[in-house]
Amino acid sequence: MKRKSKQLLVSLVAGLMFGVGLAVSGMTQPGKVVGFLDPLGRWDASLMFVMAGAIAVHFVAYRLVARRGAPLLMPQFSLPTRRDLDIKLLAGAALFGIGWGVGGFCPGPALVSLATGAPTVLAFVVAMLVGTLVTARLDALLTQRANARRRTLVRGNAESPL
Amino acid sequence: MHDFTPWSALAGGALIGLSASVLLLALGKVAGISGLIGGLLLPTRGDVTWRAAFITGLVVAGAAVWALSPASFGSSPRGVGFAVAAGLLVGAGTRLGNGCTSGHGVCGLSRLSVRSLAATLTFIGAGMGTVTLLRLLGAG
Repeated sequence: MKRKSKQLLVSLVAGLMFGVGLAVSGMTQPGKVVGFLDPLGRWDASLMFVMAGAIAVHFVAYRLVARRGAPLLMPQFSLPTRRDLDIKLLAGAALFGIGWGVGGFCPGPALVSLATGAPTVLAFVVAMLVGTLVTARLDALLTQRANARRRTLVRGNAESPL
Repeated sequence: MHDFTPWSALAGGALIGLSASVLLLALGKVAGISGLIGGLLLPTRGDVTWRAAFITGLVVAGAAVWALSPASFGSSPRGVGFAVAAGLLVGAGTRLGNGCTSGHGVCGLSRLSVRSLAATLTFIGAGMGTVTLLRLLGAG
């Protein structure tokens, strides 16, 4: 089997496992999600156990895998390296949290729930894709404009007689 | 309201963690669903097919569970209008904040990432504030 085919097969199997995990864990029941996000109401702490189970496995696995120089089927690891906290991260997380509370869905469980054909799920997923695309375009545009302004400022300073 | 289900939550969570570990070991990638979707919507050459395969797995898993155990799914607690607003917020927020429950909450926290810890506390806090507020307003 070629390397590329192995990559796709492993990705597919990982996606299947992830999807079954989400469904077994209760994340595909927005009522349970909303129950978890309601600590002052009738709190359902179950979803804390989803996170605990996932982290318990992945925390150990990450440490074992990180000892390797490279993954099995790719030349290198693609892991985030940033450590700074910025307003984009926190504002984005806050917006995501509000949407999570309103809809009871985060991205993974929404995709897993597509099979139900429920109108709310379809509406959520389409809106999520639109929100992602529009934000990506806006972000690129604003970054471009900020860079252009910076260049103008730098050139202005260089040409200044002082 | 729903019952407390710690064991199925723990088992499902472990499977999610195992999936993320398989993807890391084989491809060296983070199993962050919003990031996976983002890379499909705004594709970079040579970085598309594995994402499509993973997302296909997610959707097919959903179809299989739906066929075997439809009780595993619930509908959104509010109507389609709320679902559209929620989807827009989740799409925008995860793009701006570089991740969701899986990328930050599972993978990032497992790597002890400070950014992921800040993001996770923020989205859980914002979610709790939102649900509490909606309940008090009678929309819960």
